[in-house]
Amino acid sequence: MAMIDRAARSLLLGELLQGLGLTLRYFFKPKATINYPYEKGPLSPRFKGEHALRRYPNGEERCIACKLCEAICPAQAITIEAEPRTDGSRRTTRYDIDMTKCIYCGLCEEACPVDAIVEGPNFEFATETREELLYNKERLLANGDRWEPEIARRLELDAPYR
Amino acid sequence: MADFFYNTAVGIVILTFLQALALLVPLLIGVAYLTLAERKVLAAIQIRKGPNVVGPFGLLQPFADALKMLMKETIIPSGANRILFLLAPMLTFMLAMLAWAVIPVNDGWAIADINVGILYLFAISSLGVYGIIIAGWASNSKYAFLGALRSAAQMVSYEVSMGFVLVTVLLCVGSLNLTDVVRAQQTVWFCIPLFPMFIVFFISTLAETNRSPFDIPEGESEIVAGFFVEYSAMAFALFFLGEYANMILMSGMTTILFLGGWLGPFGILPQLGVLWFVLKICLCLFFFLWIRGTMPRYRYDQLMRLGWKVFLPLSLGWLVLTAGALMAFGWLPNV
Repeated sequence: MAMIDRAARSLLLGELLQGLGLTLRYFFKPKATINYPYEKGPLSPRFKGEHALRRYPNGEERCIACKLCEAICPAQAITIEAEPRTDGSRRTTRYDIDMTKCIYCGLCEEACPVDAIVEGPNFEFATETREELLYNKERLLANGDRWEPEIARRLELDAPYR
Repeated sequence: MADFFYNTAVGIVILTFLQALALLVPLLIGVAYLTLAERKVLAAIQIRKGPNVVGPFGLLQPFADALKMLMKETIIPSGANRILFLLAPMLTFMLAMLAWAVIPVNDGWAIADINVGILYLFAISSLGVYGIIIAGWASNSKYAFLGALRSAAQMVSYEVSMGFVLVTVLLCVGSLNLTDVVRAQQTVWFCIPLFPMFIVFFISTLAETNRSPFDIPEGESEIVAGFFVEYSAMAFALFFLGEYANMILMSGMTTILFLGGWLGPFGILPQLGVLWFVLKICLCLFFFLWIRGTMPRYRYDQLMRLGWKVFLPLSLGWLVLTAGALMAFGWLPNV
């Protein structure tokens, strides 16, 4: 009896038809695709994208060359050189990030005592050559200037959880 | 004018050439759009949108792909047998086109309305395995060779039960002529009285065209791409075209044998003819794609088991049953 039952089940293709029914239901479902370059998905305030060096509202750069980010960077992508400026404050003379090494872990951002180095919301920074991905201080500061409103807003949103 | 085309040798050649062109050009366009349809259907099943950037709804995508294929370099592996390596895709493609000669798209609209139409189709589709074996052997690559072996064994196994299904249909028709096969379905399409055979035939066509869930000859996850791993550019495109043309051919065969060819359902709108035929082929092809989006790949031993231990006894049993019923009730067609 059990054998007949099993044979009948497999010959009537019940399970296969069930599977086909399932895929047919999915066939008519609304699609989840985002039409990417014209339409973008939401980003969390914590999203770790392209790096930026921020400034204070008076235009002074935040970074105090404590080198905590350089020390914590697991990929050793950050290189910092520093010496006292003429007015006696400690500032970097060189702040390089090798974006090809960076693993976007966000530890530099977390280590920074003055919120100077941050990972912004931008993830569309693909380049045509490798060299363009070796960011220097000017590039990072320019990023900061460009994305400051967005970065500030996101830091504020994320502040309660930090 | 009619006299020139029907009674002089040159006229007949020109006429046949034009007929072939009238069949093959729509067929090749159909193949191109089948690749797009496949991507669209699979995408829809996976709640994606599929290609939609090249042209409206991605309708120009097949042409972009074809152009890309044409521009690429045909790489011939250094260990390959050059002649056979290049011959194989041509053979596959030509055989896929050749079989269409006997397919009647409407009453009397076959390029070659021969009396052994089914036999011809069966022979040509069996020859298709040569293209695959030659490709696998000439590539001199272990993946290609394994793929070719698998494919050969698979095609041979499923042709046996397909043969029995064909014999069952032929018993009900009393003729090997494809036009007669369709005419015999005027009262009822064969998919109704011969329903189990219809299912067996359809599943066998999946195996015959190396389609999922029987796509082990190309099983991407095991042997990369099977018999055409080493192929690139136009040689690859010919394989691809051949495979898809074969899918359309097999759908056409299913349509002619079981779904009443150019006949409308319940005899409605007989003047549509070709349109009914195309519509039924599209339905079959949708099933091909739908099944691809649903079923996982069979294991090799399961495939062999299904072919030899399920389909063969089933089709043989149904053949005897059909023959017995035809004899007992005196329904044998008058030949």
